[in-house]
Amino acid sequence: MREQTIAVWQDKVRMRVLSDGSGPPLVFFHGSWGLTWDPFLAELAKSFTVYAPEHPGTTPEAPDDIYHLDGLWDLVLCYDELFGKLGLDRPALVGHSFGAMVACEVAAAYPARVGRLALIAPFGFWRDSEPIVNFMVLDPGQMRARVFRDPDGAAAKQLLGGGGDNPQDGAAARVRLMWAMGTTGKFIWPIPDKGLKKRIHRVQAPTLLIWGKEDRLLPPVYADEFTKRIAGARLQTISDAGHCPQLEQPDAVVRALRGFLTS
Amino acid sequence: MKISAFHLMPHRELPADFEKKYESVWVTPPWWEVADPARVGQYYNWTLDELIHAARMGFDGVCTNEHHQNAYGFMPSPNLMGSVLARATNGSNVAVVQMGATLPTSNPPIRVAEEYAMLDCISGGRLVAGLPLGSPMDVNLCYGITPMEHRERYREAFALTLKAWQAKEMFAWNGHYYQLPTVNLWPRPIQQPHPPVWVPGSGSISTFDFAVDNEACYCFLSYSGARSAKTMMDGYWNVVEKKGRQANPYRAGFLQLVAVGENDADAEAKYARHVEYFYHKCLHVPAPYFAPPGNQDYRSLVATLNNPVRRAENPKDLRYRDFVDKGYVIAGNAATVRDRLMEEVVKGLHVGNLMVLLQIGSMPHELAMENIERFGRDVLPSLRRVWDDEGWVNHWWPEKLRGAAPVRTPAGVAAGGA
Repeated sequence: MREQTIAVWQDKVRMRVLSDGSGPPLVFFHGSWGLTWDPFLAELAKSFTVYAPEHPGTTPEAPDDIYHLDGLWDLVLCYDELFGKLGLDRPALVGHSFGAMVACEVAAAYPARVGRLALIAPFGFWRDSEPIVNFMVLDPGQMRARVFRDPDGAAAKQLLGGGGDNPQDGAAARVRLMWAMGTTGKFIWPIPDKGLKKRIHRVQAPTLLIWGKEDRLLPPVYADEFTKRIAGARLQTISDAGHCPQLEQPDAVVRALRGFLTS
Repeated sequence: MKISAFHLMPHRELPADFEKKYESVWVTPPWWEVADPARVGQYYNWTLDELIHAARMGFDGVCTNEHHQNAYGFMPSPNLMGSVLARATNGSNVAVVQMGATLPTSNPPIRVAEEYAMLDCISGGRLVAGLPLGSPMDVNLCYGITPMEHRERYREAFALTLKAWQAKEMFAWNGHYYQLPTVNLWPRPIQQPHPPVWVPGSGSISTFDFAVDNEACYCFLSYSGARSAKTMMDGYWNVVEKKGRQANPYRAGFLQLVAVGENDADAEAKYARHVEYFYHKCLHVPAPYFAPPGNQDYRSLVATLNNPVRRAENPKDLRYRDFVDKGYVIAGNAATVRDRLMEEVVKGLHVGNLMVLLQIGSMPHELAMENIERFGRDVLPSLRRVWDDEGWVNHWWPEKLRGAAPVRTPAGVAAGGA
């Protein structure tokens, strides 16, 4: 696995990019809980050159860079600059949760820059009939239960903590998690509908939606908002998975992605 | 020494099983199940009567504050209450201490500057301008301000407010969060260059710096007494010293819960259940509400999570005597209350602007009036002269009231008319 830190936004925003593999380029946008190079990304790297940038502010040593961005427009422009600096030509975009919303915004802003688009449980819409709980103010136990099908599983503990680690590790992990939620939350607080509905029609890339059947954070009915607005978009649901299907059922998600991205 | 009566305006009659049945007293308490608007109207009027009673009993100031969507204290607009108090206390030497209207939730924030200027005009220059950051529950959860923007918005609004009061020329404000093409405040406050500014806080280091840099009085609004505040307030005084300011006790304010009785047993008999109601029901808030991600800046977050000062006690495990023993509440006869306030709070924390909460939780109107009466009559006079011998000037008090001690006026004398 390689890592490089790229400065964008008049060099005020430093974004570390983890990458590995070979093959067609694929950019992974992580969710609100921060980036980890996990088995899911490692598996994808067997078929693609995976680039996984860290959301501004979540890169170590650069926590305050987030204060240079005010809204989604700024964030999307940062990704445009990042793609340019990485020399990416029509990469596939794969995003999870908050990251999937950002990937969709990038695909709507720059339709010609994006080869394919795969969105795993993306935020971006709001239905009064299906209010989305503000996961950022849940206690750790409640959050695991909302985000994972199995709150006590290894995937839940890996992402959200909860093991009996030593206190120092625990504190560092807690800081990382809180800051990841804070810096991503800046773009979705207090309701994760920031106008994607006005822009989503611009998406031209072939699009796949992936959703855990037991997503208790973002109910799978939200997939309709995307499939009805993006021409040809298809939904693939994943059994035995909650809001993080790529962590709870990585094989199934990788299979779906390989099929879609290489067809 | 200046001593003010603080009021939260709580729901006084929550059901006995409230904290078991509902998840929070703040943000989500169900209005239709636990409140009645006519009864709540009575609470507001009692609150005003209690504060006016304090003013007549010789307190130096009366304090109101802003909170939203809760049963713990619900004056969403403290300035509505403040305007009644300003009018009712005209002709007296009582300060109207707004603790206060919350800048980041007022849009545009010059609304606060305008309303405070109105209060200063109505009161004849007796306003103390509290400019709070606002709690995460109010600002982030109820009013939807992004946690990461909360402090930035506050600081910009604070600077705008101070400039709007003082500028001799109209000006344009091209801010990060607020853009106003022509700021030309009507009215302006009577007090020049501006009313004294208090910054309430809950111990965050960045607020210490902010208060000192802006020459504001830092007020620690604590519910856990002076002992647990000692480290925090020492931290504040260190910042004051490091920044080259004198340790003028009037740079600090502190809020203390107080219950005065004939003796300890009388105080316990009268106040115990109301104190427990306050700590068990009124503070029933899920811990994550206090710290939405992004509300604390990165450095504070690292400091907080790496150095958890010993796990805070859960007040739900404590009973009245614990609260009194630990100093969360100072209770007993007048002499005990006076001595503990003097030793633990006034001298212990080096505080010149003391606020006391005398209507606590479910405390009914008559008992609140009695507590105010006892404090004003039997405790307050013996604290008033503290600090006088050291010659400090209370720059954080309305100038015309600095030397004056309010005089007690018999109940029933109509107030009003400047």
